[in-house]
Amino acid sequence: MERLDYQKIEHNALLRRRIGKGITYTLLGLWALIVLFPFYWMLLTSVKSYGQYSGESIPQFFTLYPTLENYQMAFTAVPLAKYLLNTVIFTVLTTALMLFVTVLAAFGFSRMTFRGRNLAFTVYLAMMMIPNELVIITNFMTVTNLDWRDTFTGLVLPSVTSVFYIYLLKENFAQVPDELYWAAKVDGTSDLKYLLRVMVPICRPTIVTITVLKVIECWNSYVWPRLITDNPDYFLVSNAIQTIRESGFGRENIPAMMAAVVVISLPLIVLFLVFRQKIMAGVARGGTKG
Amino acid sequence: MEKQNRKGWLYLLPSMLFLGVFMVYPLIDVFIYSFEEGFHSVSQSYNGVGLYNYAYVLRDPYFLQAVKNTFLLVIITVPLSTGLALLISLGLSSVRKLRNLFQTIFFLPYVTNTLAVGLVFMILFKKTTYTDGLVNLLITMFGGESVDFITGPYWAKMLVLSLYTVWVVMPFKVLVLTGALASVNDTYYNAARVDGTRSLRMFSRITLPMISPSVFYLVVTGFIGAFKAYSDSVALFGSNLNDAGMNTIVGYVYDMLYGASGGYPSFASAAAIVLFAIVLTVTCINLMGSRKFVHYT
Repeated sequence: MERLDYQKIEHNALLRRRIGKGITYTLLGLWALIVLFPFYWMLLTSVKSYGQYSGESIPQFFTLYPTLENYQMAFTAVPLAKYLLNTVIFTVLTTALMLFVTVLAAFGFSRMTFRGRNLAFTVYLAMMMIPNELVIITNFMTVTNLDWRDTFTGLVLPSVTSVFYIYLLKENFAQVPDELYWAAKVDGTSDLKYLLRVMVPICRPTIVTITVLKVIECWNSYVWPRLITDNPDYFLVSNAIQTIRESGFGRENIPAMMAAVVVISLPLIVLFLVFRQKIMAGVARGGTKG
Repeated sequence: MEKQNRKGWLYLLPSMLFLGVFMVYPLIDVFIYSFEEGFHSVSQSYNGVGLYNYAYVLRDPYFLQAVKNTFLLVIITVPLSTGLALLISLGLSSVRKLRNLFQTIFFLPYVTNTLAVGLVFMILFKKTTYTDGLVNLLITMFGGESVDFITGPYWAKMLVLSLYTVWVVMPFKVLVLTGALASVNDTYYNAARVDGTRSLRMFSRITLPMISPSVFYLVVTGFIGAFKAYSDSVALFGSNLNDAGMNTIVGYVYDMLYGASGGYPSFASAAAIVLFAIVLTVTCINLMGSRKFVHYT
């Protein structure tokens, strides 16, 4: 009798655990669906022909006649390749300059001892709190007065520095043992050579993280490029989407728009899948979006 | 040591140049702009110093509309996204199978272009001449009445904007909370289990206090982020937000600066400073409130 009761209790507990698991998986699956659906929908719409799309008063969840004509149209009707190239140039220039500035500053803060270092570092940390929206007004006026509108100089220079990345790299540099430095000094290595040959290779994971985060930031930047460019020759992808949406393909050609959206989104999704761990760890340490 | 004095500053020089020109100088300058009355951007001249720019901005109906939109957005999305993120992270940390897959999927919105996916949201919610859009189709299927969410009534537009904002900010919150949940020491749970504690009580007495610093961090950054909302609204309603009645405070600042209604850096500066006065006040209130609820070990 007692054994039966015990079995019953165990059975109930198991059942309750299974129901709990079921509810949890349903919840997670539902959210995954909500996250993925827009991606599925853009991919699906981009392979429907214009006639097919506008003929569906009830949108279909799949298509039996996928076509690539929208992609062809996205590249021919608007200069999408040009926009992509602009964004690549902007991203590469900004990220390269950022790395140069950040590595030097992080090295200065972590390896050099000089008067005023701690004060300077405190000032840098305080600058992390300055919101972009406050300084963008003067930057806009500066760039306009310098005649830098519609140039890569005007696009790139104000987007270069991120104090947070200097902080992140400085923390990592500081973990490199001093003995290495003294050993290099004994061998007659210069500071700069030590930085490039020892510090940078040791801290490569952090450098990769900040590079990838900066690339994401550049690829998605919208506000600054919009303020500073009027000439479509210098548009980045975000501005391109806005233009396509407002004047785009002559008529409301949504499948072609979606093809453009897929082309623009794909590079970052690939980048994310490759550097997944690094990106998530980096964002967890100090992401700001959200 | 003497030699390093000069060399040290030399290493800092590039970053100091960039930060000085594009951050420190603009920060000072924005306050100057905001007090210069009647500033003309072509002639670079102004005709007085005073509070007129603030008075103008605070009376501008477009600004008041933007303030209303922004506050509504903050009040709706911050609690909603934080609560939902908590629920999802709890679910995520209680399963083992498929966990990595779910984490990867949930993080996707973070790396996508806000403008690009906003366009997809727009076509999902929009009513056009030939189709009601997918969402309206679902609504009518369940017996509701279809609404134009993009150019229709105010509440509908606000709803889409809130939903999209939540969709965009979730990855960061889920990531932070999952990390926090993983760092709670198992000993506490085991001890509670020995005592036969119910799971709801375990949540409110162990989990919540242990992760409260992270929750608090998310609430603070969530408020700041939501007050600065802009591109989500552009993505859904186009760049003429004043006409759509869906402008945000940041959007108002940029519209004053550039575009059809632009050319008024003084008004833009005044509006930006008003925004940061609001953000600062709200953050201070948050910090004071935290003393009661946040538990630091």
